[in-house]
Amino acid sequence: MSAIRLEELTKRYTEGFWRPRPYTALDRLSLTVESGEVFGCLGPNGAGKTTTLKLLMALVRPTSGQAEILGLPAGSVEVRRRVGYLPENPSFYDHLSAEELLIYFAGLFGCTGAEARRRAAARLDEVGLGAERRMPIRKYSKGMVQRVGIAQALINDPELVFLDEPMSGLDPIGRRDVRALIMRLRDRGCTVFFSSHVLADAEALCNRVAVLAKGRLVAEGRVSDLLAFRVHGWELVVSRVSREVVDQLAVGARITPIGPDRFAIDVPLAVAPERLLQDFVAQGASLVSLNPMRDTLEDFFVESVAAPPARPEA
Amino acid sequence: MRLVGRLAVGVFKESVRDRVLYGLVIFAAVLMAATYLLGQLTAGQDIKIIKDLGLASISTLGLFMAVFVGIGLVWREVERRSIYNLLSKPVTREQFILGKYAGLVLTLAVNVAAMTAAFYLVLAYMNWNADDIMRRSWPAPALDPALMIAIGLIGVELLVVTAVALFFSTFSSPFLSAVLTLALWVVGHFNDDLKHFDAVVDSRPAVWVARALYYLLPDLSAFDVKSQVVHGLPVPAAAVALAVGYGAVYIAFLLVAAMLIFQRKDLQ
Repeated sequence: MSAIRLEELTKRYTEGFWRPRPYTALDRLSLTVESGEVFGCLGPNGAGKTTTLKLLMALVRPTSGQAEILGLPAGSVEVRRRVGYLPENPSFYDHLSAEELLIYFAGLFGCTGAEARRRAAARLDEVGLGAERRMPIRKYSKGMVQRVGIAQALINDPELVFLDEPMSGLDPIGRRDVRALIMRLRDRGCTVFFSSHVLADAEALCNRVAVLAKGRLVAEGRVSDLLAFRVHGWELVVSRVSREVVDQLAVGARITPIGPDRFAIDVPLAVAPERLLQDFVAQGASLVSLNPMRDTLEDFFVESVAAPPARPEA
Repeated sequence: MRLVGRLAVGVFKESVRDRVLYGLVIFAAVLMAATYLLGQLTAGQDIKIIKDLGLASISTLGLFMAVFVGIGLVWREVERRSIYNLLSKPVTREQFILGKYAGLVLTLAVNVAAMTAAFYLVLAYMNWNADDIMRRSWPAPALDPALMIAIGLIGVELLVVTAVALFFSTFSSPFLSAVLTLALWVVGHFNDDLKHFDAVVDSRPAVWVARALYYLLPDLSAFDVKSQVVHGLPVPAAAVALAVGYGAVYIAFLLVAAMLIFQRKDLQ
């Protein structure tokens, strides 16, 4: 069973009071996320990532289309019992401490007393706030509030967790911690759906990603698949060879010396690397490494969102 | 219902830690003490003045609490986006509205109870301080149990006003909600005049409009028995029961309307 299934999900708003104009925040998004996946929803600001998450949590109503979560209609109470959600830039009741807040939220899942306190303590320890759990939230830094947000999203041990920009406001250590937490969730079998514009996080964490731009899906698939056909050459590193030999064999390639007798050679795609490698070995050189030069996810992202498919008139 | 109760306790805790509410409670205590001093200035009328001022204080301060906490109940959750966390839990929007309402009712109940206790303390002191001749001159005993009827009906009126404030809070800003709620409160106290508009106006359409407004707007004069109680006049049980029933129906109407509006609201 798919954890998430979106079918032609569309959200249109109306802008302006006197002269209302339709604005399409999300345009016919169809997606499937399998159980146990870490799925990244990528896109620049205004791409429709947060709208997608709000539609999934039934915080806004779709104009058309359907969304199913864990085989049930999105927004049903049963779904909300089984999922967790971290909103973008979360905000909480200032007068409560993180511990009180989590106990309160645990109560909404029917968990009270010692069990609620145990869960709250465990979640706060998990996000690194165990020591500050009794401090009022109004005294927390932005990064600490973000950690509380992640903790509350996990208070019910969800099967599926939605994280909207989970790295927002975190310092490098915080980001590393959250990455590790997402990996732990994945290892536990929890499906993770997160939105981000930090591509390094998506590249490191996701099984699959979807790239949105101006409310439309512009690419979807495994990160490796999206980048597989985007090899634009090879990086060959050889040693125990002289500059003259390298110049002679790698004609037209970019050559970068990286040691007294060691060179990195950017071989164009038109040149077969096997043949070049044989020639170097015949000259007594040693192979250090041979790697394809791929676009990064960032290159792919920039290219994808720069020219999204034309949107039909609303 | 258990979820509604938990949400209500959350609202109550938030209110208890709200400094504005503390200010109102301190003001209420000062006002109660002031009624005693004012009573001293009016020879022979002291107990009546104290009762008048005491009941008016409970009513007015309760109104401020109901309006100024009620108008922000939903709006503030939406504005600071804390509602996203709440509605992503297994809480329906109907439960959210009911929980918010119940929480404010709990807060009001505690505050009205505290003001009532302070009021009775002042009256008890007056009673203890007065001689028999003075007591016999009072239109009703100092610690008249009928005062509780007046306070009870003030409570029902506050429940209606809270529901009005909550209703406006589901779709308008706190400022507009406050203006509309206070306007309805004023109109509500003169609503009975709309019922008998035909006695002063000949135009049939104007009478129909006035009659329609009478049924649509809350009739808060039904909850005002302060004058009868202070003067020791009887308050018929049927009138009290009718007022409570009317209040319950009006509150139910407002809460259902608030739920329907909030159910369709996009939380952008």
